[in-house]
Amino acid sequence: MSHSETVSVSNADPLCKFPPLIKERGQREVFCGLAGIVWLHRKMQDAFFLVVGSRTCAHLMQSAAGVMIFAEPRFGTAILTDRDLAGLADAVDELDRICATLLERRADIRTLFLVGSCPSEIIKIDLAKAAERLNARFLPQVRVLSYSGSGIDMTFTQGEDQALKSMVPLLPQTDARQLIILGCVADIVEDQFRRCFDQLGIGPVSFFPGRRATELPAVGPNTCVLLAQPFNGDTLRALIDRGAKHLAAPYPFGAEGTTAWLAAAAAQWNVSDAQFSAVTTPLIERAKKALAKYQPLLSGKRLFMLPDSQLEIPIARFLNREMGMQLIEVGTPYLDRDTVTAELPLLPAEVMLSEGQDVEKQLDRVRAARPDITVCGLGLANPLEAEGLTTKWSIELVFSPIHGYDQAADLAEIFARPLDRRSRLKL
Amino acid sequence: MQLTLWTYEGPPHMGAMRIAASMRGVHLVLHAPQGDTYADLLFTMIERGDRRPPVTYTTFQARDLGGDTAELVRNAVTSAYERFKPQVLLIGESCTAELIQDQPGSLASGMGVPVPVVPLELTAYSHKENWGAAETLYQLTRALLSDRIPQPGSVKPRDASRPPRANILGPTKLGFRCRDDVVEITRLLAQLGIEVNAVIPLNASADDIRRIPSADFNIDVYPEVSRPTAAWLKRSFAMPHTTTIPMGVAATREFIAEVAGLAGVDAQMVLSREHQGQASLASSQSRLPWYSRSVDSTYLTGKRVFIFGDATHALAAARVARDEFGFTVVGLGTYSREFAREVRAMAASLGLTALITDDYLEVEKAIADATPELVLGTQMERHISKRLGIPCAVISAPIHVQDAPARYSPVFGFEGANVSFDTWVHPLMMGLEEHLLQMFRGDFEFHDDTPAPNPTTVVKVEAPPVAPVAESSTDPISEVQSAPTKDVTPVWTPEGERELQKIPFFVRGKARRNTEHFARERGVALITVETLYDAKAHFGR
Ligand code: SF4
Ligand code: SF4
Repeated sequence: MSHSETVSVSNADPLCKFPPLIKERGQREVFCGLAGIVWLHRKMQDAFFLVVGSRTCAHLMQSAAGVMIFAEPRFGTAILTDRDLAGLADAVDELDRICATLLERRADIRTLFLVGSCPSEIIKIDLAKAAERLNARFLPQVRVLSYSGSGIDMTFTQGEDQALKSMVPLLPQTDARQLIILGCVADIVEDQFRRCFDQLGIGPVSFFPGRRATELPAVGPNTCVLLAQPFNGDTLRALIDRGAKHLAAPYPFGAEGTTAWLAAAAAQWNVSDAQFSAVTTPLIERAKKALAKYQPLLSGKRLFMLPDSQLEIPIARFLNREMGMQLIEVGTPYLDRDTVTAELPLLPAEVMLSEGQDVEKQLDRVRAARPDITVCGLGLANPLEAEGLTTKWSIELVFSPIHGYDQAADLAEIFARPLDRRSRLKL
Repeated sequence: MQLTLWTYEGPPHMGAMRIAASMRGVHLVLHAPQGDTYADLLFTMIERGDRRPPVTYTTFQARDLGGDTAELVRNAVTSAYERFKPQVLLIGESCTAELIQDQPGSLASGMGVPVPVVPLELTAYSHKENWGAAETLYQLTRALLSDRIPQPGSVKPRDASRPPRANILGPTKLGFRCRDDVVEITRLLAQLGIEVNAVIPLNASADDIRRIPSADFNIDVYPEVSRPTAAWLKRSFAMPHTTTIPMGVAATREFIAEVAGLAGVDAQMVLSREHQGQASLASSQSRLPWYSRSVDSTYLTGKRVFIFGDATHALAAARVARDEFGFTVVGLGTYSREFAREVRAMAASLGLTALITDDYLEVEKAIADATPELVLGTQMERHISKRLGIPCAVISAPIHVQDAPARYSPVFGFEGANVSFDTWVHPLMMGLEEHLLQMFRGDFEFHDDTPAPNPTTVVKVEAPPVAPVAESSTDPISEVQSAPTKDVTPVWTPEGERELQKIPFFVRGKARRNTEHFARERGVALITVETLYDAKAHFGR
């Protein structure tokens, strides 16, 4: 048995509309679920994220956050020490003590997330129970929730899914007809989409997560859910358990993706074709005009995406269909078919999809294919550049506003910039 | 449990990675979950490394637990050996692996890998990064040299026909300016006719470690990382080591004398060009003595400086700040607990109590309380200072991308003293410019609606693109949290405020802060003219 097991699944059914898939198991080069805290805490301005973990977890958070841009951030780590492991200190008491100090210090906090890590999972600290206990003490002033972002269970963006899932039991019940947009998006994107839904007469619309962790959407049998981020499968299923209906759609990346995404909601709200096109046509035209600038740079260029954010599939679709890029391999850390059913058929038949990772073997494939641009994590970008390959950090895809018509060109620009740079430098 | 917002040091396995990544032909197999691979980016992004750190992560998952995580270790060792063909394999575990107790070190040792396998015990729950680096370097050196330890009493005196040789111990990746300090120390040694036998671990191979005993003595430049190894080499190979850190002009001169003594050469061939007590351009190989003596530097006199960093750089900087810049050191501290004793002693000699902590908030509070005019610190203090509006220069790891400059910028040796002069003085000048801007901001030329007199003077400033590792005050994702609530802010009486306005603009801000601080400490709610002058008398400047 080698270090990695590679399982190739070829399309057994000739009529299959899905591309072939490689499943790999080996060394990964992906953050764990803790990293999601970096954008979640910015979105929910009244929430604090307390990781219960090790110095490694604290160091990961600070490295992923781009190192210390906040004086006193709304996240932190309760670092386990020898005393905790030797049972000299009672984990329960310690956690209570830390939370009390923290909440006293930060009177602005309304929701405290206790975030599990690999060490806390392995030594079985029951954070759900801890949250219950703390709620008895701090409600209604502060609500305490818990989830796991541990790297033994979760990759990078799955942390957001677990955080949101932990909030689902708190959502009030409603029978009203309404739409939930699921997945963390930049405030500017939220505002644009709100205007768009208003003009289409679709509503009421709530965004989950909202700008405050205490602003929770209601859910019930007449609720439709549209995913804004493909990595929220578990939360989606939890909302479905609460009666919601999933509107499967491509993701709102690029003009085509955004139109299809809005159309999925429009169909539910019986928006007329005339009204739909009256609202979207000017937006599509503006987006297309903006995209045209980047087409010459991107068209025909060969793209290799290493697994990172789970955004790879929809973004590859956009780059292929709207920007004319050729896809060599599209990797995803984890393929959740529930969330990409509408995306997979849009990918070209010749693309190689890969799930999981054996980074050394994957890099061998990158070197063999010599793509025009390789999308990868921060640890790999400079070494690949040094091998003469042009790269783009995938992390930018979760930190920048890229959704919707008016960000379509920004999304294209993320990939065009490294190519532009490569062509400018006479070095 | 210890609540931590920002950490000065990573976990011990990060230290092991720094040793492996500094060397050639050394590979580390790390028993760790996927998220721990984040550590790679510190090397490739912060330090702009052009190769991946030589680390294979076993990437165990929850579903492997209870199953065969040990098998994952064996597979990772086999494939790492086959792919990278290292001369030495280090085997370590991250904090999570330590809990599942697979004993990857003994597993790997028993696999018959045809190169030395060095198991590391990194004790993640009681130690930190620098300790991990020190421990790794020590274990690696021991493993490669244990069969060469001479019998006691069998150490031969140096063959006088060859030049003396030294090893430079301690410089690593992600240390502070190590790349250039090695060059600077090598130059100093060359002036004394001493050869560098090996630099360990930066750019060293396993063979370089095996060659350590061919030198006559060791230069221990970064005790946080190299002291245990230097001490072991002294015990086992009778190799003496230096203890002076050549930072600043005086310390560099002492270093030269110490090195010359260990090498048995005459220090005068270099020191005769150094004139302690004189400060003309010709008085030293460094320009610092003259630059500091020149009248332009008068304004540096008694500047209040707060120093925090690793022990090596903090200790050296305190001495340089006091003796070579004429600053007043108002705070000194370190996150290197291993060297707390030395830092406490230095602080005491400055009439201070040392701050020994790795709690960022404690450091922030100490800085705010000390009201310094300059902070010399790490990347963390850069942020604290930005928040408090105090000029800052970085003198120690942890670093950020701008602390790995393209140009030659050592901090050790005579050139290092020049570099320190520039980098410590520069933020102070910037501070003065800022005051001027503040003063003229009210003038009509500075108003947005004033048409620019000449279109070529219009500079459009675009926000830099958001890079996740970039930091900048214009960064759209920056955010300043409100400070922990202090006591009520005292109120200025109109007369007090009027008096304050008479104080020259460039010290007005400080006068305001000092007076408020003074009033708060004494529970004075209303600041009168009297309070202002009481405070002025109290602070004395
Ligand atoms: S999705 Fe996979 S398993 Fe299903 S039909 Fe297509 S190839 Fe076969
Ligand atoms: S992978 Fe586990 S141990 Fe590592 S940072 Fe993530 S949660 Fe912490």
